Amino acid sequence: MSESLSKEQAKKLVDKYAEDAIRPMKNHKGFLPWMGFLGLVMVVFGYAYYIQLTEGLGVTAMRDYVSWGLYISNFVFFVAVSLVGMLVSAVLGLAGQKWVKPITRVSEIIALGFVMVAGLVIITDMGRPDRFLNLFLHGRLQSPIVWDVTVITTYVAISTLLFILPLIPDLAFIKKKMKDMPVWQYQLYNILSLGWIGTPEQYKILHKSIRMLSIIIIPVAMAIHTVTSWLFASTLRIGWDTTVFGPYFVAGAFVAGTAAVIIVMYILRSNYKLQDYFTDHHFDMMGRLLVLVSLLYAYFNINEFLVPAYKMKTGEAVHLHTLFQGAYAGLFWVVQIIGMGLPIFFMIFKHWRKPNNLTFIAVIVLIGAFLKRIIIVVPTLLHPHLPIQNVPDEFHKYMPTWIEVAVTAGAFAMALMIITILLKIFPVIPMWELAEEKGITEEFEKYD
Amino acid sequence: MSDNNSNPKSRRDFLKIGSLIGIGAVAAGAAGYAGFAAQDGKEGHGGEAESALSDSEKKIKVLTEDGQLAEIKASELSPVQKDQYTSALQEQGREGIPGKHWVMVIDLARCRNVRACMASCQNAHHLREEQHHINVLRMQESEHTEPYFMPKPCFHCDNPPCTKVCPVDATFKRQDGIVLIDNERCIGCRFCIAACPYSARVFNWFEPKNHEEDEDLLYNVELNVPQKKGTISKCLFSADRLREGKLPYCVSACPNGVYYFGDLNEDAVTNGTSGETTRFSELIRKNAGYTLLPELGTKPNVYYLPPKNRMFPFEYNGKTTLEDEHHV
Ligand code: SF4
Ligand code: SF4
Repeated sequence: MSESLSKEQAKKLVDKYAEDAIRPMKNHKGFLPWMGFLGLVMVVFGYAYYIQLTEGLGVTAMRDYVSWGLYISNFVFFVAVSLVGMLVSAVLGLAGQKWVKPITRVSEIIALGFVMVAGLVIITDMGRPDRFLNLFLHGRLQSPIVWDVTVITTYVAISTLLFILPLIPDLAFIKKKMKDMPVWQYQLYNILSLGWIGTPEQYKILHKSIRMLSIIIIPVAMAIHTVTSWLFASTLRIGWDTTVFGPYFVAGAFVAGTAAVIIVMYILRSNYKLQDYFTDHHFDMMGRLLVLVSLLYAYFNINEFLVPAYKMKTGEAVHLHTLFQGAYAGLFWVVQIIGMGLPIFFMIFKHWRKPNNLTFIAVIVLIGAFLKRIIIVVPTLLHPHLPIQNVPDEFHKYMPTWIEVAVTAGAFAMALMIITILLKIFPVIPMWELAEEKGITEEFEKYD
Repeated sequence: MSDNNSNPKSRRDFLKIGSLIGIGAVAAGAAGYAGFAAQDGKEGHGGEAESALSDSEKKIKVLTEDGQLAEIKASELSPVQKDQYTSALQEQGREGIPGKHWVMVIDLARCRNVRACMASCQNAHHLREEQHHINVLRMQESEHTEPYFMPKPCFHCDNPPCTKVCPVDATFKRQDGIVLIDNERCIGCRFCIAACPYSARVFNWFEPKNHEEDEDLLYNVELNVPQKKGTISKCLFSADRLREGKLPYCVSACPNGVYYFGDLNEDAVTNGTSGETTRFSELIRKNAGYTLLPELGTKPNVYYLPPKNRMFPFEYNGKTTLEDEHHV
């Protein structure tokens, strides 16, 4: 099969793939302390959540007016980040962008980790988590929450498939190659590789299924974030009652997800010497992608804020005043300028798309994206149609309590744990796809 | 519920339920009585006058399913399952009172912020101090207009955004127009709070007031008592009082005649202070009655009469103007 590569070169290349793919799975240095740290955060989370369960949601800073706060922002953020799986592996993949190959698995892992935790995060916001099953016993199709539950479950299912299917040839390969793995791991690979022996027929089926899933996941991913935006847009509140929320949220999600992938790429590259897969070129391209999606997001921001600001309807004026020069102005301008405007500007220059610089920018963009969710949720609730009166002072403002912060940290720890474990168990380098690209599939399959 | 006379068994069942509710109401929360109902065949009739009322011959007032007050002998009470009644109360609560369309009219010219309505409401529904089913707001339309007091209950909208978004049908609109909450089903997502444009809903962020005393009470969905931690509460138009043929708590508590309450289908509303009954349509027409934020399409069932020819001047905290206050 290999025309350009000699047999020897091909074997060497497969050797290298195998070694590079297995290295992150075997290298335990740093793994345990890291998991220990995450575990510690989870313990604090458990304690905080226990207090919340026994004493009630009143241990948060939420009250009758700001009745949604950090927890809902977390939910929106987690769903947002998870959209990147669809962006990278489906949209870019289908668009024939060959360079994304090594990045697809990273983004699928991030997507899985975040969307799974998104489902759990929403439970932390419930006043009666003990009645969770009511959603299924008494679920009503009219409610956007039920749509959300439906599409998120679907997205988890399809994302899992889109993660596992492309793993099949690699798992069959590693099963042969990694002799010293524990029994459970061997069993797992054995089951997941579904009796793969690498016949052309099997390859054909695999390609077809992946392609199909890539197509299906696009509308599902759009749906999860559009429906999430409808939790807000379906109400009659100033600041939420807008038609632009669906695409505005989806664009914002692409920004957050792209930034997250850049960060994880960087960590893998520097910790496990994977610079041959996550090359400078990849960072450059991801930088360009981040500029593109940020510009798209900026466009929706202009629509979202400038048009109402031009009209200054009474209610909108109060809301916009809070954002532009009132209580939330600091946060708002930091997020808009430092979290969106400046990054776009800097990333135009190639110098800022180098791995170190780009990762720095990505961290800022991701923090900005998180804070942006709070700006979307809270200020609107502080300005209902009718005045807030005859209630204690704390009803007029919102500043998260340590319980909310701990629960939030716990959610992040949980997502990072899932991502770490997936990276530990499964090869992050899509070996067979790289081999295919080089035209050495045969060598890859025959390798032993 | 009332049209199943053809089935004697179920009629009897419902009489039992009626009796029980009556006991609950008459004994005013004495949980000890709440597990008993009349024995077969003898329910609902007072019986002849017996002279010496020994313990077993003591009569107890009960309310039957159709709202009639009746008496039965205490000895004829027999224990029944509690949850059976809770679900019967739920069923009755979800159904509503047939043929009615409740409506409230609030005369802003008469309100002087006495807050007797707020107090009686909080008392009836076991609410904490900061929880308002009805809240008297200080309003001012614009800079050069006069401020006024505006009591604000839930508007029991005919197109209620709050019930639409509820994922589990825990808040619902029933046939007589009342929007209620089932706090045994509510999952505490607070989507309905977000959806209500009138901020009419409150949440039990902590253990509710009286939660220990109320623990054994039967849950009455028409009163939303006992309140439950992690669930929603809001104005219920005093559905429990309406079932007894009485006016809502707030309406009867007001000393200044602010509230009218009645049935839109009969076109009649009664003033809670004077007890006078007026034609609803005429009251609205003569006084230019209006609803709040009609442009939202919620179709409220609470009407306001504008604060014209006021009975009392505006005064709050010694001031006659509204400064530094956020208003519409
Ligand atoms: S006022 Fe609010 S809570 Fe009451 S029915 Fe209307 S939307 Fe629902
Ligand atoms: S808080 Fe309760 S009543 Fe309100 S929408 Fe959620 S489940 Fe329904």
